[in-house]
Amino acid sequence: MSTATTQASDSPVFYEVEEHAHPEGHSTSLGFWIYLMSDCLIFACLFAVYGVLGRNYAAGPGPKDLFDLTLVAVNTTMLLLSSITYGFAMLAMEKDRVSATQFWLVVTGLFGAAFLFIELYEFHHMIAEGATPQRSAFLSSFFTLVGTHGLHVTFGIIWLITLMVQVARHGLITANRRRLMCLSMFWHFLDVIWIGVFTFVYLMGMLR
Amino acid sequence: MTEYPVPTSAIFGRLTLGALPLHEPILVATFAAVCLGGLVVLGALTYFRLWGYLWKEWFTSVDHKKIGIMYMVLGIIMLLRGFADAVMMRLQQALAFNGSEGYLPAHHYDQVFTAHGVIMIFFVAMPLVTGLMNFVVPLQIGARDVSFPFLNNFSFWMTVAGAVLVMMSLFVGEFARTGWLAYPPLSGIAYSPDPGMDYYIWALQIAGVGTLLSGVNLICTIVKMRAPGMTMMKMPVFTWTALCTNVLIVAAFPVLTAVLALLSLDRYVGTNFFTNDFGGNPMMYVNLIWIWGHPEVYILILPIFGIFSEVTSTFSGKKLFGYTSMVYATVVITILSYLVWLHHFFTMGSGASVNSFFGITTMIISIPTGAKMFNWLFTMYRGRIRFELPMMWTIAFMLTFVIGGMTGVMLAVPPADFVLHNSLFLIAHFHNVIIGGVVFGLFAGISYWFPKAFGFRLNEFWGKCSFWFWVVGFYFAFMPLYVLGLMGVTRRLRVFDDPSLHIWFIIAAFGAFLIALGIGCFLIQIAISILQRDKLRDVTGDPWDGRTLEWATSSPPPDYNFAFTPVVHDNDAWWDMKARGYKRPLEGFRPIHMPSNTGTGIILAGIAITFGFAMIWYIWWLAALSFVTLLATAIGHTFNYHRDFFIPADVVARTESERTRQLAGKVQA
Amino acid sequence: MDKLSNGTHAALQLPLRDHATVLKAGFPLSRFRLIAVLPLLLALGGCNFVVLAPTGDIAAQQRDMLVISTLLMLLIIIPVMALTAFFAWKYRQSNTAADYAPDWDHSTQLELVIWSAPLLIIICLGALTWIGTHLLDPYRPLDRIAPGKPVAADVRPLEVDVVALDWKWLFIYPEQGVATVNELAVPVDRPITFRITASSVMNAFYVPTLAGMIYAMPGMETKLHAVANAPVTSTGFSANYSGAGFSGMKFGFMALSDGDFDGWIAKAKTSQGNLTKEVYLELEKPSENAPVQRFATVDPVLFDAVLNMCVETGKMCMKEMMAIDAKGGLGREGANNVLKLTHDKYARRGAVFGTGAGYVLGLCTPEELTGRTLSVAGARAPLAVPSAKTAPAGLPGFTPISLKAGAQPAARAPSNI
Repeated sequence: MSTATTQASDSPVFYEVEEHAHPEGHSTSLGFWIYLMSDCLIFACLFAVYGVLGRNYAAGPGPKDLFDLTLVAVNTTMLLLSSITYGFAMLAMEKDRVSATQFWLVVTGLFGAAFLFIELYEFHHMIAEGATPQRSAFLSSFFTLVGTHGLHVTFGIIWLITLMVQVARHGLITANRRRLMCLSMFWHFLDVIWIGVFTFVYLMGMLR
Repeated sequence: MTEYPVPTSAIFGRLTLGALPLHEPILVATFAAVCLGGLVVLGALTYFRLWGYLWKEWFTSVDHKKIGIMYMVLGIIMLLRGFADAVMMRLQQALAFNGSEGYLPAHHYDQVFTAHGVIMIFFVAMPLVTGLMNFVVPLQIGARDVSFPFLNNFSFWMTVAGAVLVMMSLFVGEFARTGWLAYPPLSGIAYSPDPGMDYYIWALQIAGVGTLLSGVNLICTIVKMRAPGMTMMKMPVFTWTALCTNVLIVAAFPVLTAVLALLSLDRYVGTNFFTNDFGGNPMMYVNLIWIWGHPEVYILILPIFGIFSEVTSTFSGKKLFGYTSMVYATVVITILSYLVWLHHFFTMGSGASVNSFFGITTMIISIPTGAKMFNWLFTMYRGRIRFELPMMWTIAFMLTFVIGGMTGVMLAVPPADFVLHNSLFLIAHFHNVIIGGVVFGLFAGISYWFPKAFGFRLNEFWGKCSFWFWVVGFYFAFMPLYVLGLMGVTRRLRVFDDPSLHIWFIIAAFGAFLIALGIGCFLIQIAISILQRDKLRDVTGDPWDGRTLEWATSSPPPDYNFAFTPVVHDNDAWWDMKARGYKRPLEGFRPIHMPSNTGTGIILAGIAITFGFAMIWYIWWLAALSFVTLLATAIGHTFNYHRDFFIPADVVARTESERTRQLAGKVQA
Repeated sequence: MDKLSNGTHAALQLPLRDHATVLKAGFPLSRFRLIAVLPLLLALGGCNFVVLAPTGDIAAQQRDMLVISTLLMLLIIIPVMALTAFFAWKYRQSNTAADYAPDWDHSTQLELVIWSAPLLIIICLGALTWIGTHLLDPYRPLDRIAPGKPVAADVRPLEVDVVALDWKWLFIYPEQGVATVNELAVPVDRPITFRITASSVMNAFYVPTLAGMIYAMPGMETKLHAVANAPVTSTGFSANYSGAGFSGMKFGFMALSDGDFDGWIAKAKTSQGNLTKEVYLELEKPSENAPVQRFATVDPVLFDAVLNMCVETGKMCMKEMMAIDAKGGLGREGANNVLKLTHDKYARRGAVFGTGAGYVLGLCTPEELTGRTLSVAGARAPLAVPSAKTAPAGLPGFTPISLKAGAQPAARAPSNI
């Protein structure tokens, strides 16, 4: 314990003699976690809105008419796999293996892109059938909830590419490890949200 | 009637020369005045070669103290705008009798009351509260800065960006005509197709990013950066309230973001969240916006409770009575503030059981609030009360706020609310708690911490003038509104038939005039104090015989706040240090690790303004371009790994010996 | 939902009555009247504290709640204010004779008092609130017309259907078959049931002398039960900002003796206007400070159509839509069952990226499609199935569905999520 030695031992210590440094990024994971929770609240609102409006089809098509569970199951698999491969990337990072980390990041990004592609295909298909976001409150809230998740994945991929460039440039330095850790939390968070979407929107929609 | 959607050009979107309000003499005059004033300021800055100084020392600064001060400056500038709106409303309502239409047409008047509410909450109260928290909290917990200094700068500039958009709406286009919470369907594209509503949305969304990030930042700061020895239950009460407020911010603002995003989707894409047709549900907006809106009220008032706690204890020369119950009261209020939102619309017809539930939870909040009031009371009990300005504001608060609290509980009784909802009684109530609580508290906080920020006290004479004009003006301005509410007068009316109401509006207008004098005196107070700064100088760094750590360092504090990180043993850490013979260390300084300044925050905010403006006016190419630039700049910023530096030990030693010299000079004098 | 709350009401009624009696016994009403009159005496000449001195029984009870809760709170507010002033004076710095205990910061007894005193008040107030809120729920049919005067078993309440338009009020009297704009007359001492809705944006229906306010919302029905106890001429207005013409959105309110009321109805019946669908659509267009209008006849299904937002020809009624939605929608084919909006209170409108404003086509009979009668699903037996021939050109045929008339839910009652 670095304390003032100039003071008598019985008098209290009022300051630390050594520099009490807070290294850069010492509270990043806490801060990022809090940010994720606030993001989670945005999704909570969207889920609530879907809960309220999800049955207002405005005499239009409902979930059973529109959802293709097989496609969504494939889609879910893509995202779940991307989470696993991100896990592998983090394991490789722990072992300081730059190229393995980069490899798993690429795989993660590809799975993410595949997820997005399938989602866009689904959207396109629905819109072509006239089931546009404007058609009913149900469709508005469906497109917004799923679309917001998709937008998060898109930004996740942009972030992932940025980090890959940074890892390539500077290697697995502390700052980059921290950033990879943050993206990891973000990525898994999106996975958790998607589980909610899959269950609450797709599965329960088909069960109605 | 205009044809909608209006034709848009590829280059300028729906922005045309017609958007400039050249036909409104009031706005043209205001615009001319603002331009003239702006030119004078810009000219002066250029003449005195202050641009470089401002850019290097302030705009790009990541120092929490400077950012805090900039927040305060923003809040005070916007107060002038928001108050100008208030004066215009009071004048209109005092004139529009006996067949007179007043001087404001509906198109203008409806913008004025909307802008007044939006500006006062988002761009006056929020910046002032955030500013004080930013300035004080790191000092109170013995930290060098906040957890994320760059984010802090960015948050500030995003708040400025929102304010700039609101100000822009004055001269380019118009502002929303929906009331400050913009209930749909009125705020939907069908009934408000004009850009005013889009100004509202984008100003709040952009400022909201700033507020949310600053909330995350301060939570991390308080959780992670407290000085050794400062356990949670040894934190100063202001820090506790700041923590609770920021928890509220992080838990409430995402709801606002989400609900405004849905409203913008309705407006831009034609979705059906809050529309009348296609299964949309406007009541959901009302619920969601109040799920944010009610905690927002506590976001404003909790730190103010903290200020009063600090002030009462300091100026009574006594430990705060019931610290523990004060903390629990704060936490209870934080939690309960999420369970009361429906009391803002009992009249929607939710049914008796739902209404009584929310009415009773609302009343329950008055229990911890009452406990706080008693705690301040018993802090004064057996004290030695010095009636300096902060304490005067505190007494005025205690006497005024209880009235607002009482009328608040009246409104929480659903049957009573059915006759008072949306009336001027309600207006009087929330101005009673916001002026009598938040504003009085902010003035107490400003006069309390001003010497810490600048090294000299505020002039007392002009402060007292400001105080009396404000307090008396408040009673003149709002007590008549209570009366009018009981006469069944509703809010947001532009013209009146009943001549018996006239006198009350004239009294209220007179009150607004007194408050104007109060604001004038406050500005004079600042100016005079700057002129007399040598006379008002405080070199001790502890002008009020303070109790918490911020008074342990010099005024203004050095960049690094504390040469050595303090070790805390007691709630009132500095009081304890003084009592037990703390000696200021004079040697053994170490280099201090500090964050570097960056211009990224202000640049990002500038791009955000461009993006917001482009979205408001449907200038799609500019919106796309600015969005990509925004993203690229943000990513570019992450490629900068060198964001910190060390203040060398000899610089620290020089700064500290300067202070030693000053303190010695004080002793000799 | 509705059944549930009715059940609750029924269950509450007995104990509530008891409480009401207790209330009356405990706090004689006359005393409150006296207190309520005080501000009147203090006020400048001609001031009308209508909230404190209403003529309707409901508003009077609401006023009583206001006064009782104020008095309850003053029990604690006044001591706090007095103590604040006293402590501030007594413990001022210059008064060195006063005690000074700089380290005294805790007292368990005091803490108990400062938490329990507000708690006790809130317990009383909470109980009062619970009872009062249920007793004075605007959805609860009246059981008395004045203190001690229960509603006779054979009295049927007068129904008035209220529509908030931009920016005027439409009152439909289904029993009498007349309608008025910006003038509301009711007979004294007969319970009134208001069914309230709006045509475009949110408003609040408020007659201060009669009863508290309730929101008027498009596509939704709110209810208010009230009674006028004395002949009076007063005003009512919208208490929720609704746009440019809001300030002028007020109406004359008259409580008339039975004879006068009959005369008033007779006068309305002799007026020229007939409130048909077309007239309504014209009336619905925004106008400010609208003059009083009277209509001798009213299309009997008009209010239902307004409430279900299907006054326009061919537009699907909300209850029809909700019945369809409850069965899972109209399937993929239903996606295109939309027409561009042609009639609009405002000019043509729509979001920039949207498909433009439109509406869902009603599944209706050929007569209805040509606009001869209103398409109100409730007004007819099993829905006729549109044939491809009668559907407007350019629309894909959709799968016919049949609805049982009984399956249609009532129009949306507002509830919180």
